[in-house]
Amino acid sequence: MSELTITLLRLGYLALLWIFVLSAIAVLRRDLYGTRIVERRAARKRVVPEAAPQQDAPRPKQQALRLVVTEGPLTGTIVPLGSSSVLIGRAPGCTLVLDDDYSSSRHARIFPQSGSWFVEDLGSTNGTFLGDQRVESPTQLATGTPVRVGQSVIELQR
Amino acid sequence: MTTIEPHRVRAGRGSELGLLLLALMVGIGAYALVGLGVEGEVPADVVGYSTGLTALALLMHVVLRWRAPYADPVILPLTVGLNGVGLAMIYRLDLAYAAKPNHDSGFAGRQLAWTAISVALAAAVLILLRDHRTLRRYTYTAMVVGLGLVALPLVPGIGQQINGARIWAHIGPIGMQPAEFAKIALAVFFAGYLVTHRDTLALAGSKVLGLQLPRARDLGPIIIVWAASLAVLVFERDLGTSLLLFGMFVAMLYLATERLSWVVIGLLLFVGGAALAATAFSHVGARFEAWLHAFDPDVYGRSPGGSGQLVQGLFGMAGGGLFGTGLGQGRPDMVPYAESDFIVASLGEELGLTGLMALLMISLVLAERGLRTAIGVRDGFGKLLAGGLAFVVAFQTFVVVGGVTRLIPLTGLTTPFLAYGGSSLLANWVIVALLLRISNDARRPAPVVSALTPAGGIPVPAPQDDPTERFGRVR
Repeated sequence: MSELTITLLRLGYLALLWIFVLSAIAVLRRDLYGTRIVERRAARKRVVPEAAPQQDAPRPKQQALRLVVTEGPLTGTIVPLGSSSVLIGRAPGCTLVLDDDYSSSRHARIFPQSGSWFVEDLGSTNGTFLGDQRVESPTQLATGTPVRVGQSVIELQR
Repeated sequence: MTTIEPHRVRAGRGSELGLLLLALMVGIGAYALVGLGVEGEVPADVVGYSTGLTALALLMHVVLRWRAPYADPVILPLTVGLNGVGLAMIYRLDLAYAAKPNHDSGFAGRQLAWTAISVALAAAVLILLRDHRTLRRYTYTAMVVGLGLVALPLVPGIGQQINGARIWAHIGPIGMQPAEFAKIALAVFFAGYLVTHRDTLALAGSKVLGLQLPRARDLGPIIIVWAASLAVLVFERDLGTSLLLFGMFVAMLYLATERLSWVVIGLLLFVGGAALAATAFSHVGARFEAWLHAFDPDVYGRSPGGSGQLVQGLFGMAGGGLFGTGLGQGRPDMVPYAESDFIVASLGEELGLTGLMALLMISLVLAERGLRTAIGVRDGFGKLLAGGLAFVVAFQTFVVVGGVTRLIPLTGLTTPFLAYGGSSLLANWVIVALLLRISNDARRPAPVVSALTPAGGIPVPAPQDDPTERFGRVR
């Protein structure tokens, strides 16, 4: 057998050893990449903030419509508005949950219709006020107009 | 302790089969190359040899499919690969020994027989041991068995002193090194003991210089193990086993408590004990001198306890260089005990640094799989047992390779799976079987528990048949 063949076999065997090692490691790469990491912020974006005031609430990049609490225990809370209506009240099922003795469990609703947003009182005890006016029927909501719900004041912002 | 849940579990038996094929190619290729290198032709029995090796590997694979379908897919191929390379190297040394007059040979045949027995034993462990948590019942039995095995070579009539160390026990015609099995028994004991007591060991005590120190009375166990390992050093003159047992205990203590102070205490105790032993006992002192002054002509030529073997091994590895001389082309048989203690030097000579690094990498990945299993498994006992066993395999490899490469003093331990030795092979295959068993539990998708949530909002797991629950809750 020639010298060349033996050298080739020798180096070929070393290559085989390393192919074995590397393919074993390739099977294991899932250990590095296989664990799902859930970002807390991303998860929070979908859930509407409901507890204490949040300074670090995510701000949407484009100036989309949003509800901002400007007064009351939840001052600073921002609810991004999509295409569905927003329920405000003390009940845990509401979109914006107020911890407020003066608000009803299902207090008010803010909903989009034909390109603009409306606010509607859902038969609350203490009423919903748009400016100074008590909301009796669905009323169109302009940006920057304060809406009083119990002790909180909410505002539509762009 | 952290538990990581991968989102989609693949059993990986298919990848295992693929890797097994590669591993068999590595083992059989080495065997064929040895024949080519030494005699210029492929050994005549290569077909029979490959059939046997393949049958053994497939036996384990089928047992895994049958009894542990979610076991780690990498552990078995790595073990088969290491064992195959070891067998080929021992065969190669055997050919060289047979050419020498008055030299013992026939190692390869015996090692092959031991491999078959070991694989059969590992398969039996996988078949009979359905759940590793059963072992927790035998915590204190394991302690008695472990200590008995460690002390066995000291029993007159059974123990035998070979080459200055009293580590052999002969029962009838069969000789064995009981310390190899003792490490499994003691790993079971340590895991069972620590899982019960780790809170006391971790939490009690005062804080000094950022280290959480344990209370004096909690030092009891570590002192006992330290004394036992010193006793091994003194009475059996076996530096390696002593280091291995103590290192395993300290590592498992650290795994259980996450307190760095135990590692510091352990290291201080060991350094103290070793320094004491080096001054008090000539054979330990000689080991240190052979390590520090290996190239002194005085030390080199000294007949017992000289550095001749170590330096021959170093010369061999230097002769191998980066890519090695090629299997069957070097002279590894010039080193005494090239087939057992110095197989790493033999492999380094014929496969070179590149091949030796590949083999060390295989050992590293093997240990990593063990530790990964420890992270993934859900019960504390399994975590500690898998962690301890993985550590002991890695530590043994480190101690041997470190000794042969003159990084640390040379100790008489065998390289797991590579070196000649029936006891070592049997014990390490059992360790692999245990790791496979635990990894099956770790990687199995969690059983769907229908949580019955009472009014208080505390989810109550549905009753399930969990053996550990009968012994008390695993934290």
